[in-house]
Amino acid sequence: MKRTIPLLITFAVGLILIIAMFIPHDPFFDMDRNFSIFYDVIAVFAFILGGGNLLRVHLDKVYQKRRDWKYSIVTLTGFFLMLLAGLFKIGVQSTLQNGVVIGHWAGDFQGTGSLFKYLYDCTFQPLQSTMFALLAFFVASASYRAFRAKTIEASILLVAAFVILIRPTPLGYYLTFWLPDPLKFLTISNLSTWILAVPNMVGQRAIMIGIALGIVSTSLRLILGIERGYLGGE
Amino acid sequence: MADQEVKLTLVEKLGRVDRRIVFLLMGIAVLIPLLVHYTTTIPASPIVQNVFDKVESLPAGSKILVSFDYAPSTAPENQPMATSITRHCFEKGHRIYMISLWATGPRQAMELIDDIITPEFPGKVNGIDWIHLGFKAGGQGLINTLLSDFTAMYTTDVNGRAVGDFPMMNGIKSLRDFDLIYCIGSGQPGNKEWIQFAGDPGRIPVGGGTTAVMAPQLYPYYPKQTVGLLGGLQGAAEYEAALIAAYPKYKSMSRVASEKMGPQVSAHLVIAAFIILGNVTYLIERRRQKKQK
Repeated sequence: MKRTIPLLITFAVGLILIIAMFIPHDPFFDMDRNFSIFYDVIAVFAFILGGGNLLRVHLDKVYQKRRDWKYSIVTLTGFFLMLLAGLFKIGVQSTLQNGVVIGHWAGDFQGTGSLFKYLYDCTFQPLQSTMFALLAFFVASASYRAFRAKTIEASILLVAAFVILIRPTPLGYYLTFWLPDPLKFLTISNLSTWILAVPNMVGQRAIMIGIALGIVSTSLRLILGIERGYLGGE
Repeated sequence: MADQEVKLTLVEKLGRVDRRIVFLLMGIAVLIPLLVHYTTTIPASPIVQNVFDKVESLPAGSKILVSFDYAPSTAPENQPMATSITRHCFEKGHRIYMISLWATGPRQAMELIDDIITPEFPGKVNGIDWIHLGFKAGGQGLINTLLSDFTAMYTTDVNGRAVGDFPMMNGIKSLRDFDLIYCIGSGQPGNKEWIQFAGDPGRIPVGGGTTAVMAPQLYPYYPKQTVGLLGGLQGAAEYEAALIAAYPKYKSMSRVASEKMGPQVSAHLVIAAFIILGNVTYLIERRRQKKQK
């Protein structure tokens, strides 16, 4: 029974949504809309589950004093600090809006002067930017080591990457700007556009069609109850 | 021990540059253009120009849904896209509806309101010309719901005021009531989801911008499923160039993308130089090894 009911729900919901896709009229259209709203409501609860899971993993790590457990304290401190700053609207001031005084609790949790805004602007934002900016250094080092013309395939990749890389630079312009009109298609700008619009698009489409077919087959297996891994257990 | 150490030739040394030197040169390459305020202008490519032309061709008062689907990490690439589209929309008299599929998106929208809308367009009124509807969870599920019933999910704006209080929300029943969906994204959910779950089934024009890393993945949707795409900082700079060409007054105003292209261009040149260096030394070494054999 514990398995049969979830399997029946999955089958019914899957079947109704497939029918709604091909017959977008009531009652299927209405059911599709309601299921979408159910999905959005469930998605909100995923945040609570996510927070709970983060707590469980990191508290356990600190308690067990596993490797790098000190970093978990930083994670937990950040988590609770942001949560409390937002929940209790610390620092939010009473303001006048349309002639009405908006009290502390009715104010915006990330409005001017709030601790949440301060933490977001002064820690979260610069930290995220820093982490992403570091990529430039690693890309430079990795490109230097990895982009070597060792085989024909590697050489093709190298040339394509090089053309895309120098396209916005003055080098990209001066290398080919002098080409006569019949050879203008060989300018770095045109080559770069061609690489993205033709070989890249072909490869991406092939991957996407493959993924789509995989999703269709996995979805059918779920709807028909062949794939039962999501139920947990054996 | 010293006698046993293998002495590297100059070519071998150049082929094995320490990563710290690579990092140092990269840092210098990024720093110098920032210090000297080196700015570069890149003409708009067709894929960017198409987005611009779409916004330009819409009649005044058109409804543009702008989705902020990114975090501060990619803001240097994404935020200039938001700035340009806002300037362009308000120049044309369009109305902007801001939403977000990412929890971090609303802060980026607020940044846009504080830095661009309030100082540059004081005449544009909240609720009449623009509205910030905030974040809702659900990703593609949310888009699916919005396609059939917009106000089922968005009952209030970001400050908790009922959407019925805002004149610009009159007549908005579903995503089909918008003239253009403009997604500024950097991952999932983002541009791809807007195309798949709103643009295609609802036959709504979808355009937007994304990070340079994500852009190649969206090319398969162009030009039939997306009107165009701004790929990374370069795409944002190209849109700025198109905007300045049409509205020269923006030449004297802040051009964030074009200003940030300076460090990016010099960083690209450093990477290109290292790729050339690595390959030249590799080919010399290989030729030498062949001769020895």
